[in-house]
Amino acid sequence: MAKVLIIGGGGAGLVSALAAHESGAEVIVITKTLPTRSQTSMAQGGMNAVLGDDDSVSNHIADTLKSSAGLGNESRIAFLCENAPDAIRWCNTIGLPFSRDASGEIARRRLGGASAPRACYAQDYTGLKLLHTLYDQCLKAGITFMNERFLLNIIVDEESNRALGATCLNIPTGDVEEIRADSVIMATGGYGALYGKHSTNSVGSTGDGIAAAIRAGARLADLEFIQFHPTALKSSSILISESARGAGGYLLNAQKERFTDELGPRDMVARAIHDEIASGGAVYLDIRHLGEEFISHELPQERKLAKIYEGIDPVYDLIAIKPAAHYSMGGIEVNDECMTGVSGLFAVGECANHKTHGANRLGGNSLLELVVFGRHCGKNAAQFGVKISAPELENPQFDKDTDFVNGVMCFTNQIDFYEKQEMLANIFYNNVGVIREEMGLKAVLDAIGQMQKELPFMGPQDKSKICNTNLVEFIEFGNKLELAEIIVVCAISRNESRGAHYRSDMPVRNDALFGSHTITWKEDGVLCADFMN
Amino acid sequence: MTILVKRSHEDEPRGYEVDFENVTLLTILNHVKTKVDSTLTYSHGCRSGVCGSCAVRVNGREVLMCEYKPADGDLVEPMRNATVIRDLVVENSNVEHFNRMANAWSEESRAGAVSEEDMSGIETQSDCILCAACYSACPVYAVNPDFIGPFALTRVWRYVSDPRQTQSDAKITAVQTNGIWDCTLCGECVPVCPQGIAPKQDITMLRTKSAMMGYQDPNMSFGGGLDFGSPMF
Repeated sequence: MAKVLIIGGGGAGLVSALAAHESGAEVIVITKTLPTRSQTSMAQGGMNAVLGDDDSVSNHIADTLKSSAGLGNESRIAFLCENAPDAIRWCNTIGLPFSRDASGEIARRRLGGASAPRACYAQDYTGLKLLHTLYDQCLKAGITFMNERFLLNIIVDEESNRALGATCLNIPTGDVEEIRADSVIMATGGYGALYGKHSTNSVGSTGDGIAAAIRAGARLADLEFIQFHPTALKSSSILISESARGAGGYLLNAQKERFTDELGPRDMVARAIHDEIASGGAVYLDIRHLGEEFISHELPQERKLAKIYEGIDPVYDLIAIKPAAHYSMGGIEVNDECMTGVSGLFAVGECANHKTHGANRLGGNSLLELVVFGRHCGKNAAQFGVKISAPELENPQFDKDTDFVNGVMCFTNQIDFYEKQEMLANIFYNNVGVIREEMGLKAVLDAIGQMQKELPFMGPQDKSKICNTNLVEFIEFGNKLELAEIIVVCAISRNESRGAHYRSDMPVRNDALFGSHTITWKEDGVLCADFMN
Repeated sequence: MTILVKRSHEDEPRGYEVDFENVTLLTILNHVKTKVDSTLTYSHGCRSGVCGSCAVRVNGREVLMCEYKPADGDLVEPMRNATVIRDLVVENSNVEHFNRMANAWSEESRAGAVSEEDMSGIETQSDCILCAACYSACPVYAVNPDFIGPFALTRVWRYVSDPRQTQSDAKITAVQTNGIWDCTLCGECVPVCPQGIAPKQDITMLRTKSAMMGYQDPNMSFGGGLDFGSPMF
C-alpha cells in the first residue's frame, strides 16, 4: 500500500486525500491549523459547471480560455470544464448543500466573464460548506490528520530528484518532525497574504508550499499573475462576493455615477476601479436596490461584515470598496498528472499552476479546479506511490531544518520583522498591484534584497518552544520574502500587459515575445527565470 | 482603553493599554502582537467569521475575536472545556474526536431535484464553522467529558434531516450513548453560536427522531425519571 502525504487541509488537500484513499493509499494530511480553518472556507461565489441545455461545455471552455489571455492551456481547460458536471454531482453525492432553484435543481448564478449563469452555489458560503462536507467525508474515510504542523521543507533525494517526504514544525510542541511517504501532494494554497491588509485572504495564505517547492527543485510558473478582486471593503479588504454584482449590484464613482461593465472579467473591472479611485478618491458598490430580503438571504456574510468593519448597512448605504489581492494564478508548475518537476512531488489547487486560469481566473473556476484536479491528483499520487515506492534513504533535511529552527531562535532581533512585513505589503500593493511599471518594480526588488540581507538581524522575539506563533510568523515572512523576489523578477521580465499583469509603461499585449509562461527555478540557490511554453 | 488578557503561567490577567475605538478585539490583539508584546499567543485566520479560529471568552462569554468589539476593561480568556496550550490557544482535537464519535457525515446523498424549501431546513446547521464556542459554553462537560456535545450533534441533525440522505440509522444509533440524552437542554450553547445555530433545538429534534425509531431516554427507564401520571401496574 502506498503512503501519500498531503500538505494542506483546504479543499484541494481534502479532495486529493479522499481520491488517494479511494485508490487504496494510506493517507496522512498535515495542516498548519485545522482543515476547516483553511482559505477555502472564505470562498463565496460558487463552482462553475454546465448542467443544463441552456449552456454548453464549449462555452465554458471558451469563456475560460478567453479570460486566460493566451496563457491558458486548452487541453487542461477542456479537462476542467468537461469534468465540471461530474464534479458537481460528486459534491452533491457527498452532501454539499447546494442552493436550489424554483424547480428544485441546483441553482446557478452568473459571475463575471461568464456567458451564462453557471456557478453552482450554497448561499454565499459555497467554500465553507464544501470544505466542511469534505472534512466530514475524510473523517468517515478514516483519514489521518496531523494538525498544527507547519511545513518546513520537502525531503528530496538529490541524486535521483525524488521526493521522500517532508519536514515540519509541530507548532504546539516546538519540535521539528520528519514524515516520510511514497508520494507527497502540495496543497498549501496561494500567496495573497503577502499583500497583508490589502488582501482578501486569510493570514495563513503565505505561500509556504510554493516556496518549499522551489527550494526542493521544482519549477514555478507565472508568479506575477495575482488576481485583484474588484470589490473588497475599503478599510478591511474583506471580500464582497462577485455574486453581489451578478445579482445586479452597481459600481459607482465618487460622483455616484456608473463607470464600467460590472460583470466584465475581474482584471478589467479591478483596473477600472483603481483608475476611479486614483482620480476621484472613492468607488462604491451599490446593492440597495436589491432589497433587504435578497441581501439578507443571498449575502448574509457581506451584510454582517460591512456592519462590523465599515459601520454601514448595505441595505441602506453605499459600500466603499477597493480592489484587493485575492487569488494567486501563479504557482508550482505541474504536468498533466499534477506532478511537479520533482519526482513524486505533486501539487494541486491554488498553490499549483494547472494552466487553467492563465493570466486571469474566472470567478467560480477555483473551487471547480480544486475538485476536478484534486480527484485527479489524489488518484495519480496513489498510483505513483504503488508503482515507484520511495526508497529508504538517509537524508540530511531533518537535521538541517532542526538546525535552522534552532538558529532562527538565536537571530539578534535588532530589526522588527513585523514592521518590514507591513512595509512589504504596502509597497507590493502600490507597485506590484493592479497597475505596475518598471521603476516601481525595481525599487521594490531593491527593498526585498535589503530585507533579505537583514533577515539575520530580525527573528522571533518570543523565545518559547511551546506554541511559538511569533516564530511561525517569522518563517512565514521568510517564505513571503522568497516569493516576493520571484514575483517581482517575473513582473519586471514580462514587458507587456496581459490579464492581471498590467504594466502602465508597456500597456500592450505582446504575443511574439511574451506569449508563453514565466518559468522560475533555483540553481544552487540562485533564482533563474525564462519564458517557456 | 485597557484590555485584560489571561496569559498562561500568570495568575493575574495582563493589561494592555491601547488607543483604539470601534475596532474588533482581533484588530487590537494583532496590534499588541506586532507592536507591543510578540509573546501574546492566539489563533486567527480569515478575520471574517468563517474559519472558526479565533473563538475566546470575553467576560465569561464566548465570542469570535474578529466579530467582537471590546469595551474598556474587558477580560479575555481562553475557551473552557479544553486544555490550554498557551495563552488563548486551546487544544482542539475534540472537533475531530466528537465528529468521528457521532458519525457526523453524509452516508449517501441522492441526486435529483430537491425543493428550495426542503433544503432550507439544513441551511443554518450547515453554516457551522466548528469554532467550538458551544463546546466551551456547555456545562455537561463538567460531569461528562465524553459527551458528544453541541456542534457534533447539530452536525448529525444536519445530515439526518438532509432531504437527500438515503440512510441515517447508524447516525441515530451513534448518538444514543453520551449523546442526545445527556444534554440537559439548558440552552447555554444557543446564544454563544456566532452563526445563529441552536444546537439545543437540533438535539431536541434528534430525540424526537430517536423516539420514533424506538429508542428511549435512558434516564427514564429505571424509574428515576419524571412520572407523567401513567398508570402503575
